[in-house]
Amino acid sequence: MNANDLQSKLIEAARKEPLFDQVPYAFEKRIMARLAGMVPLNYWALWGRPLWRAALSCVALTLLCGLWSMMTPAPKSDNPDNFAQAFDRAVYASSDQHSVEDIW
Amino acid sequence: MEPTDAELIAAVVQGDTASFEPLIRKYQPRVFATARRYARRESEVEDIVQEVFIKAFQKLGGFRGEAPFEHWLMRLAMRTCYDFLRAHQRNRETSFTELSQPETDWLDQFVVEPDAADEHAEAARQLIGRILARLSPSARLVITLLEIEERPVKEIAQITGWSVPLVKVRAFRARAEMRKILAKITKAKYM
Repeated sequence: MNANDLQSKLIEAARKEPLFDQVPYAFEKRIMARLAGMVPLNYWALWGRPLWRAALSCVALTLLCGLWSMMTPAPKSDNPDNFAQAFDRAVYASSDQHSVEDIW
Repeated sequence: MEPTDAELIAAVVQGDTASFEPLIRKYQPRVFATARRYARRESEVEDIVQEVFIKAFQKLGGFRGEAPFEHWLMRLAMRTCYDFLRAHQRNRETSFTELSQPETDWLDQFVVEPDAADEHAEAARQLIGRILARLSPSARLVITLLEIEERPVKEIAQITGWSVPLVKVRAFRARAEMRKILAKITKAKYM
């Protein structure tokens, strides 16, 4: 007996089997009863909600920083303790004391 | 005029749960027919169909409408059937109970005259049903989709989420698995 032929014959039998698509009476009502109280998941809304929250927090933080910088008095430019001038002095301190040839 | 699928889906996503009922009514015969290919008991079939529609309702927000709703739903149905097979893997038949008299007669006829054995016969359908019930979940799914429903490999890959080479490998293994089962049935009786 050829097993391949038997396999083909049985698969042919399965292909020819008519599809049984009968539905039990009022089956959709049963499913609707199960669905009562459920809400379909909206993936865009799931992502959107935390993103909106994060955006609002960022805007609030920006506004606070802006307000703080406006309220704080700006440092005077002729102030000897000005940070930029102090930084320059520190960087060029060694070159002021010795010339480049002395170092080499 | 009846609302279209897209209108009903939009209404459900907006929170009108009742709009889901016409969708169930429209597509439940196809889902039942699919589920009956993978489960024998009617209670199991009903459980599968119920799960398919509940999953569809929950995931409806993710349906983008790029393909028809029916295709999306049938893909979901097929995956639910596969999950069912995997969950009930332990319960699948592991040994062959005695063949029924019509099944034995059909096999006898096939041995004597293969062409005369009618593939429309109820005995042949029962026999293939028993064989499919003994296959592993992936083998059963691939044999059903590829051999019985005659779907292209590419479509099976889309339905199952497997790659095309994996579908081909699983189809090869499934045919071998089926031949092994057939050999077991026939060995005792005819060889």
